[in-house]
Amino acid sequence: MAAVTLRGIRKKLGTAPILRGIDLAIAHGEFTVLVGPSGCGKSTLLRTVAGLEEPDEGTIHLDDRDVTRAAPRDRDIAMVFQSYALYPHLTVRENLGFGLAIRGTAKTDIDVRVAEVSRMLNIEALLDRYPREMSGGQRQRVAMGRAIARRPAVFLFDEPLSNLDAALRSQVRVEIKRLHAGLGATMLYVTHDQVEAMTLADRLVVLRAGAVEQQGPPLEVYERPASRFVAAFLGSPAMNFVTAVMGADGATATAEGLRLAVRPALPGSKVLLGVRPHDVVPADDGGIALRVDVVEPMGFEAYAHGTVGGEPFVARLDGSVALPKPGDLLRLTVPKRAVHRFDPETERALSEEPG
Amino acid sequence: MNQRSRWWSELLVHAALLVAVAFALYPVLWVVSLALSPGGTPSPRAIPLPTAVSLDNFRAVLGTHDTAGRWIFGRQLFNSVAVALCTAAASVALATPSAYALARMRFVGERGGMRVLLATQMFPGVATAVPLYVILDGLKLLDTRAGLVLVYATTALPFAMFQLRGAFEAIPRELEEAAMVDGATRWQAFVKVILPAARPAIAVTMLFAFMSAWNEFILAATFLSHEEAFTLPVALQRYVGEHDAQWGRFAAGAMIVSVPVMAVFYAVQRHLVGGLTAGSVKG
Repeated sequence: MAAVTLRGIRKKLGTAPILRGIDLAIAHGEFTVLVGPSGCGKSTLLRTVAGLEEPDEGTIHLDDRDVTRAAPRDRDIAMVFQSYALYPHLTVRENLGFGLAIRGTAKTDIDVRVAEVSRMLNIEALLDRYPREMSGGQRQRVAMGRAIARRPAVFLFDEPLSNLDAALRSQVRVEIKRLHAGLGATMLYVTHDQVEAMTLADRLVVLRAGAVEQQGPPLEVYERPASRFVAAFLGSPAMNFVTAVMGADGATATAEGLRLAVRPALPGSKVLLGVRPHDVVPADDGGIALRVDVVEPMGFEAYAHGTVGGEPFVARLDGSVALPKPGDLLRLTVPKRAVHRFDPETERALSEEPG
Repeated sequence: MNQRSRWWSELLVHAALLVAVAFALYPVLWVVSLALSPGGTPSPRAIPLPTAVSLDNFRAVLGTHDTAGRWIFGRQLFNSVAVALCTAAASVALATPSAYALARMRFVGERGGMRVLLATQMFPGVATAVPLYVILDGLKLLDTRAGLVLVYATTALPFAMFQLRGAFEAIPRELEEAAMVDGATRWQAFVKVILPAARPAIAVTMLFAFMSAWNEFILAATFLSHEEAFTLPVALQRYVGEHDAQWGRFAAGAMIVSVPVMAVFYAVQRHLVGGLTAGSVKG
């Protein structure tokens, strides 16, 4: 176990900046998830921690040890690759023991460790198979086992579940969480999947265009997104945005049936309001008018897609009540505390509303 | 109607294929027929079937002795095998690390080097025969197996490098990254992970180099003048001389030379097809 500290990590690919000054402190045993859209630099950052990429600027410390220029093998880290990267010519047993064998661990110790890991991951029956003889889910397990067998100070995961089908993915997700609890190891996990990010993380780090947009405990980030980008990225379906105009009193903004007290501003100026689909409540009249064009019933809930004042808008409805039909006009109210406010220019969150 | 037109197209395809097969096999059948016919001269016939079957030609070729009574065929067979094996080993031993560097590393002269290699492939081998003769003469390597290996290995090298570069590029980079994170040095990752994964491609490349050396005639005929230094293709050619053409022996010799190569091909072909990397990464 080790703490990982990144200071001012910068990296360019040619002239294009990939990482633009990343500072990150990951505590002992913490599960940190790097999340962001593709191209945000999250994988590059992970590979930089692994030593597979070298930063142009900045330092990486494992505990007090500066490993910025250290070779991957000297960092005491293990990595689970998106493609699993199992050695094709070795059996599962040899794959699991590879890292130990190459570091000169005694054969008997390797056998003990491999047995232990295969029991932990329930892959004992696969030990004599080759990677090509296994399903995707089994390979994924072996890839995790290979990392665990080494007992590294830090685990790195590069989108380890993205090649699994949906059912398996949620199952392995739970397993990773259980593993983390059992091993108590420091883990750094990269994903573009916001469900993985929310469910696994002790701490969520949202990256955007090579910089940290926001970090914190997942629920805090979800509930208090620092920008429109974070707000739109977390949550599914994504948050709705409506532009409101400040009223004559300079403290109330209105938009398409939403009225909201906000921080005083010039009358007529604009404010961006964000509403999560899960926060709307159907009303008999008044409130927002959603013109429905598509309804997605999920059983226990349903999503009504449509427009509000010409802008796309999605509302979550209870699956047990009568669902609207395309063409219907749906009336919705939003609890005031559920409305997020953003500056339409900078797209940063506006601080707490007055009173 | 539909069924019928499909039947016709099947028929046409097969007819075309049969013509192609006949075209390819006809000369081969002639060689077989000649080799099995007793006597030395071919009679002009349309269908290559020997009138009588005998193994005299094979016996004569295999049992060739020189004027001093030494078993010269055995000597020449050894020359061929030794030259071809050394060519395969030397060219692949040199091509493997250089192809890996070309596939994985960025360095000055990388692209230019590839272009030069490509350019060398555009010249017919014979074009270099005279300068090579001069060089080998200067090195006192004419009429030696070492001289021939030197020439063959350098000509086989560019092709081997192209072939292996492609093979290394097809191996996912993650494999060696995983090995390096696991504790391997770059060299260990290459030896313990990449080389085994590239084994089928290396085998094919070796086989190619082996065959090119095994079958090569023009350069061998240029550099070798003593009977005991001959490789089999040169020895064979001597059966068809200016004054005396022993076609039957020539044909029998041709079969003796080609059958082992065919056997090797059949033996290894199933290893050549399936890539060893199957299953290492999601695919």
